[in-house]
Amino acid sequence: MKKLFVYLKGYLRECVLGPLFKLLEASFELIIPLLVAAIIDKGILAGDTAYVIKMVGIMALLGLTGLIAAVTAQYFAAKAAIGFSTRLRHVLMAHIQTLSYTEIDTVGTSTLITRMTSDVGQVQSGVNMCLRLLLRSPFVVFGAMVMAFTIDFDCALIFAAVIFVLCVIVFSIMLITIPKYRAVQGQLDSVTAATRENLGGVRVLRAFCKEEDQTRRFEKRSRLLTRMQLSVGRISAVMNPLTYAAINAAVIMLIHSGAVRVEMGSLTQGEVVALYNYMSQILVELVKMANLIILLTKAWACGDRISSVLEVRSSQEDGVLAVEDLHERGSVDFENVSLRYAGAGAESLEGVSFSARPGETIGVIGGTGCGKTSLINLIPRFYDATKGCVRIGGVNVREIRKEALRESIAVVPQKAVLFKGTIRSNLLWGNAQATDEELYAALSTAQALDVVNSKPGRLDEPVEQGGRNFSGGQRQRLTIARALVKKPDILILDDSASALDYATDASLRRAIRAMDHRPTTFIVSQRASSVRFADRIVVLDDGRVAGIGTHEQLLAACPVYQEIYASQYGEEVERDG
Amino acid sequence: MVNLKKKSPRSAVLLRVLSYIRPHLYKLAASLVMALIVVALTLYVPILIGRAIDCIVGEGQVNFAALKGILAQIAACIGVTAAAQWLLSELNNRVTYDTVRDIRRDAFAHIQRLPLSYLDAHPTGDIVSRMISDVDTFADGLLMGFTQLFTGVMTIFGTLLFMLTLSPMITLVVVLITPVSLLVANFIAKSTHDMFTLQSKTRGEQTSLIDEALREQKLVQAFAREDETLAQFDEINERLRDCSLRAVFFSSLTNPCTRFVNSLVYAAVALAGALAAIHGTLTIGGLSSFLSYANQYTKPFNEISGVITELQNALACAGRIFQLIDEPAETPDPAPDKDFDRIRGEVEIRDVAFSYTKTRPLIEHFSLNVAPGQRVAIVGPTGCGKTTMINLLMRFYDVDSGAIRIDGRETRTLGRRALRRNIGMVLQDTWLSAGTIRENIAMGKPDATDDEIIAAAKAAHAHGFIRRLPDGYNTVIRENGDGLSQGQKQLLCIARVMLCLPPMLILDEATSSIDTRTEMKIQDAFATMMQGRTSFIVAHRLSTIRSADVILVMRDGHIVEQGTHEQLLKKGGFYAELHQAQFAG
Repeated sequence: MKKLFVYLKGYLRECVLGPLFKLLEASFELIIPLLVAAIIDKGILAGDTAYVIKMVGIMALLGLTGLIAAVTAQYFAAKAAIGFSTRLRHVLMAHIQTLSYTEIDTVGTSTLITRMTSDVGQVQSGVNMCLRLLLRSPFVVFGAMVMAFTIDFDCALIFAAVIFVLCVIVFSIMLITIPKYRAVQGQLDSVTAATRENLGGVRVLRAFCKEEDQTRRFEKRSRLLTRMQLSVGRISAVMNPLTYAAINAAVIMLIHSGAVRVEMGSLTQGEVVALYNYMSQILVELVKMANLIILLTKAWACGDRISSVLEVRSSQEDGVLAVEDLHERGSVDFENVSLRYAGAGAESLEGVSFSARPGETIGVIGGTGCGKTSLINLIPRFYDATKGCVRIGGVNVREIRKEALRESIAVVPQKAVLFKGTIRSNLLWGNAQATDEELYAALSTAQALDVVNSKPGRLDEPVEQGGRNFSGGQRQRLTIARALVKKPDILILDDSASALDYATDASLRRAIRAMDHRPTTFIVSQRASSVRFADRIVVLDDGRVAGIGTHEQLLAACPVYQEIYASQYGEEVERDG
Repeated sequence: MVNLKKKSPRSAVLLRVLSYIRPHLYKLAASLVMALIVVALTLYVPILIGRAIDCIVGEGQVNFAALKGILAQIAACIGVTAAAQWLLSELNNRVTYDTVRDIRRDAFAHIQRLPLSYLDAHPTGDIVSRMISDVDTFADGLLMGFTQLFTGVMTIFGTLLFMLTLSPMITLVVVLITPVSLLVANFIAKSTHDMFTLQSKTRGEQTSLIDEALREQKLVQAFAREDETLAQFDEINERLRDCSLRAVFFSSLTNPCTRFVNSLVYAAVALAGALAAIHGTLTIGGLSSFLSYANQYTKPFNEISGVITELQNALACAGRIFQLIDEPAETPDPAPDKDFDRIRGEVEIRDVAFSYTKTRPLIEHFSLNVAPGQRVAIVGPTGCGKTTMINLLMRFYDVDSGAIRIDGRETRTLGRRALRRNIGMVLQDTWLSAGTIRENIAMGKPDATDDEIIAAAKAAHAHGFIRRLPDGYNTVIRENGDGLSQGQKQLLCIARVMLCLPPMLILDEATSSIDTRTEMKIQDAFATMMQGRTSFIVAHRLSTIRSADVILVMRDGHIVEQGTHEQLLKKGGFYAELHQAQFAG
């Protein structure tokens, strides 16, 4: 959290003036009981009406000045807090952009989203309240005590004692309840999880007739939540009665010892009233302070979580070479490449070597989790190989500037995602300068013309968040078009045809092969039919290369490939082989 | 119910809330009594203190005897007040949390009875937020209402009463000025409302950008769109800064302004009280009591306006929950039918029509006869509506017209449970429950022995990988099986069905997620499973399709062709086209 304070820089004036004006207001409030004492002792007892009016006039004036001071303070506090959070969000967003896939995997997307939204919000209100109240409440509490000392030393000792007792009560209750409230929150999360799970698995649960079971399970969690809420509520409910009793017990003592001193003549009646008024002020402020501390601990924890994200550094160092520095465009070489993900127990790829010449089509096939996606993720340097090296155009990818590297490679990921906007705005991701003709050409190659033509808005058809208003197959073809708009040297289709039917899949492959600037194409798939006509097929098995060659070669010599093929084509193998 | 609907929605919601509170009525009554005690004594204490101060007029003029008595009274009042305060909040907590638990239970139980058509059409997040955050907000509002509304109102009237007994004139002064504070607070709230709306709109915009950009961060990087994304973000961020500043600042004016009004009240009381004291119509102790009332009197007004907003908010939330509870449930199941326990698996689909939206007919005049033990393959391009068939067979949705009969019994007249018990289902969209592997496999048969579970896992080729997990069958998985590969999850889903093996099966062949070698073994397992069982398979694999007794070819939600592989090829229709494509290359 401490490290975040640098983002308050530039708001120094606000951070100093805000609390200062707040203190000004508080000091005015502290003067009021003295004025009341003066009214009683000098005005009422002397019957001096003019004096009373004068004092009351001062009171009203103090109120007005207090108002002005407070408004100024609120403005400064709001300005500093919001300026701070705005900057913090920007810094966070910019920082997240620099993280590599490895860090994104480790931190987790949903965590990042929470940090950027609710955590920043909490920190903002923490800073705001801090500037407004952190100085004010202790100032009033101790100010009241100091004022009491100026009136009468012995009576003021009661103040010191009661402040101590109140602090003990308030803070020990807080200490006990804060972890309990956290536990309640945890149990609430578990109730949430039960609901979410029930909805997510509704078909399976109903297929297994689990409705009553689920209700029982939910009720159990819900009952536990209620019990926890009651138990923590019972403890925190002690706070008000105890503080009330403590402060009033102090009032009794105050009046009693005040009475003794008035009898002796060392204290006036008005002063006793003033002391009584100070006592009331203390309680109000102490409760405010307790609430503030709860808010601040929350904000502090949020701030720590934000800091921890900012501390995550990208594990990749950017290269310096531009695309022009490559020896040739479009060739890819894997040299004895191994990859082990951060925190993983085993290597996901081991000793992979193969080469692709410019314009070739390379098929990558293998079972689930065999490392297909890991393999192609190394080409645009989403991850770095832990051993060996990956070259494009003869140059190690680590030496090429990431931006340049990724501009020459287009990836169509497994999950077809579109962004909120229009079809056009999505396609322009590939190349912001692309003309409509280029867009249509890409759409045509991607077999996506009919998607666009079926929409009334054509290229300007709105796309909802995540592309919800398109079917899976439509989205997939549009994401392929988006990649083609880039006119990449290397095109990677990561199981991108899985939502396409066989016919469309085949036409797509034909169209790519017929492109003018034919990119080196990697086709990752589980279907033998998708890679069957590739120039070369890399067969992966558990992170290792089980065979490389054409369909015919592999069918003849690679047992893993034979098995894959047989599982999909059934008795066809016997006929072919 | 009909009666309720005629009234304004808010009062209808209020009545519903009251019906939930009814069982706790006696606690609520006790809480009211406690509130009364607390308020009366809290207000009485300043008067006692005033009297005590009147006992200490000046040097040598202190009436110690009277003072002692008064102080003892104060002490007694404090003790009783503190105890009553504690009881008050305990009672309120109980009423609130018990009520909330009851509402949640009803809502959850109702979700179990809601038709799939409702659940499919409403985002999970929306339903969860009703169940959790709406109920929570409701609880907060209710609790605040109980604790502050009663005491607030009582304090106002009590204070008025006590002040009137002290001095009607000064009371008038207080009563006249106080509303100003309310007006000010109200004015600020009204004028900031638009700023808050703008702020939350902008924040929503930003959140959805963050959500999109971070979820697809990898894609953003793949397309080197980092700068553009950041620029887009900053634009919204700056707008958010402007409107937040305005919203936060103006709303933070409420406290200083009401405080100012309060200090004016205080000054006015001091003036009037002092003048009255000079003329001898008020004692100094009386003035002191008055001043402390002046502080207390304005507080409940501000609180009550806050409570009322909270309560309105709470009622709005309650309304959303009740809306969920009032959604029409599925038609109730008839009494369980013992005869239906062992079915043969003969399926007859007779002139069925079905559509998700009435304006777009989907399946019309669909008929099919399936003999026991036959295999039906459902094929077609992605998104052609293959899941619709599953929905109808499992009665996740009911047919619009026509009938589906199993062993001659119309499924609509059978209980859903009886029907579903007889059908084993493996969906492509694997779903596992949070819990151990064992619990997941035993979902359909919670009393299964370890041997049975292991046998099922072996049959599904899941035993091997389960054994290698850190705690074997006792490994706890999170919902959706985080940490397991898609293929492993699928194997568990198969094991789950293997354990009970009902007479009918619905299998959604998973193409893209299980590796092909395991897949082959699963095919074996499937084959054993399907032996003698009527099976419906959403098929992707040619071998599966070929061995089917009937193939249903679907396109755009319609069943366009049906027949055997050879028949359909000969026909040269859509199926033939699909089949060709696979080998066209």
